Amino acid sequence: MSATKTISMIGHRVINAVWRIGMASRFFVLTLLYSGSSFRRMHLIVKELFSTGVMSLIIIIVAGLFVGMVLGLQGYETLQRYGSESALGVMVALGLVRELGPVVAALLFASRAGSAMTAEIGLMKATEQISAMEMMAVNPIARIVAPRFWAGVISMPLLAAMFSTAGIFGGYFVGVVQIGVDEGSFWSQMQAAVDFRDDIMNGVIKSFVFGTVVTLIALFEGYDAPPTAEGVSGATTRTVVTSSLAILMLDFVLTAIMFRGN
Amino acid sequence: MRTVVYWDSILSASALVEIRDLNFAYDKRPVLEGINMTIPRGSLTAIMGLSGCGKTTLLRHMGGSLRPTGGYVKVAGQVIHELGQEGLYAMRRKMGMLFQFGALYTDMSVYDNVAFQMREHTNLPEEIIHDLVLMKLHSVGLRGTNDLMPSELSGGMSRRVALARTVALDPMLIMYDEPFAGLDPISMTVVGDLIRRLNDALGATSIVVTHDVQESLKIVDYVYFMADGVVIAEGTPEAIRASDEDFVRQFVHGEIDGPLPFHYPGRDYRQDVGLQV
Repeated sequence: MSATKTISMIGHRVINAVWRIGMASRFFVLTLLYSGSSFRRMHLIVKELFSTGVMSLIIIIVAGLFVGMVLGLQGYETLQRYGSESALGVMVALGLVRELGPVVAALLFASRAGSAMTAEIGLMKATEQISAMEMMAVNPIARIVAPRFWAGVISMPLLAAMFSTAGIFGGYFVGVVQIGVDEGSFWSQMQAAVDFRDDIMNGVIKSFVFGTVVTLIALFEGYDAPPTAEGVSGATTRTVVTSSLAILMLDFVLTAIMFRGN
Repeated sequence: MRTVVYWDSILSASALVEIRDLNFAYDKRPVLEGINMTIPRGSLTAIMGLSGCGKTTLLRHMGGSLRPTGGYVKVAGQVIHELGQEGLYAMRRKMGMLFQFGALYTDMSVYDNVAFQMREHTNLPEEIIHDLVLMKLHSVGLRGTNDLMPSELSGGMSRRVALARTVALDPMLIMYDEPFAGLDPISMTVVGDLIRRLNDALGATSIVVTHDVQESLKIVDYVYFMADGVVIAEGTPEAIRASDEDFVRQFVHGEIDGPLPFHYPGRDYRQDVGLQV
């Protein structure tokens, strides 16, 4: 009896999960479909760019600086064993541009901007603001969701670039200023070894994908949240957990596609 | 007989909202069962009943956010649930709905809240919108609040701002979902008075869903009483006050016991607390 119960419970869970993925896909398509009007009124996107992008700048830059500093320390530690500490610049830059920039910035973005988006939209729903908009014959997906979606998609690659830049300066500070690695080789080797298309563009593509996924998850969770205090808090947690997992899993897939054989 | 037919057609021609045999069920639990209402143009009608009796559900049918399982709601001669998305949105532009706690957009100022529909649905230049917004705010007595954010308003003020926003485009039908909920007595009278005055000034038709008997009996033209998804009584406020129907009496005078018992049905009390009989 309990075996059938377990099986039926698993089945129930799977159906639920598939159902939600279907709903999220439909939500995604609707968002794209109704994006036209938000591009005609750029001020809506600009306003969201400020609250998702600009407001995340401080945490992104500070985090980037520290990650770069740690990379500088650890990298020097390892490289000097082989007498190649002059390659420190390359190591810091590649590590940041290819991996840590997009991934860590996206994780920070999910917990800073993603959770805020979910909570905001969930509360709008709980206080009937979304129903009110529908009753005013204004499509809430076009008016609320689409501008936030594009703001997230646009700001994520920029934030990742900021993160990497801050990180490189962090690595420079620790490696060159503190430890005394040769400044010329730090920069020139970095310039020679970091490829624009292979390294930088692949990093940008990654952060673009992460931005799309994180923003979509955050908006969908908010829009789908039960309109209660409990529902909104649950949805906010789910946004952070789901998007963090999605970032790390997608990162593996993208890395496998982009850098295999390099 | 001829005169009766004559009056009937006059009545239905002047009715803005017609509800016939409306049925609705969530899953299999019936919420509305055979509702019939006729709401004439220009009138102010109250739909009263206890929480959970289906009043708000009924309002949502008029706004087209729920589909009936049977019957129909006709507004201005059009069956609401047969309209497509386009038609429904066109209809909603002529409706205004005041939500229970105002539902002001918390990320916009008072001014932008009232201007919202004008900006979305018209191509009016900003100067004209500015004048219109201030006029609407003036009509609810809150012209001075236009720079404030909704979080800086008191409950009564935000309800009045929401009222200004509801009538921003001069709707033909205004629906109020519990406009008095959670207001102090002064704000309550102010909001009640505004509902009446705006209805008459705009030549609109208003429907107020409420459980606040005393406040709404003062302002409305006609009352429908609902319980458990059916209309159990209707009439003018005088008729309702004078009614000797048990439920209406209990409701109007707020009596503790009556057809609606004080105790939620449960097991025998003595058995529940473990007393030996």
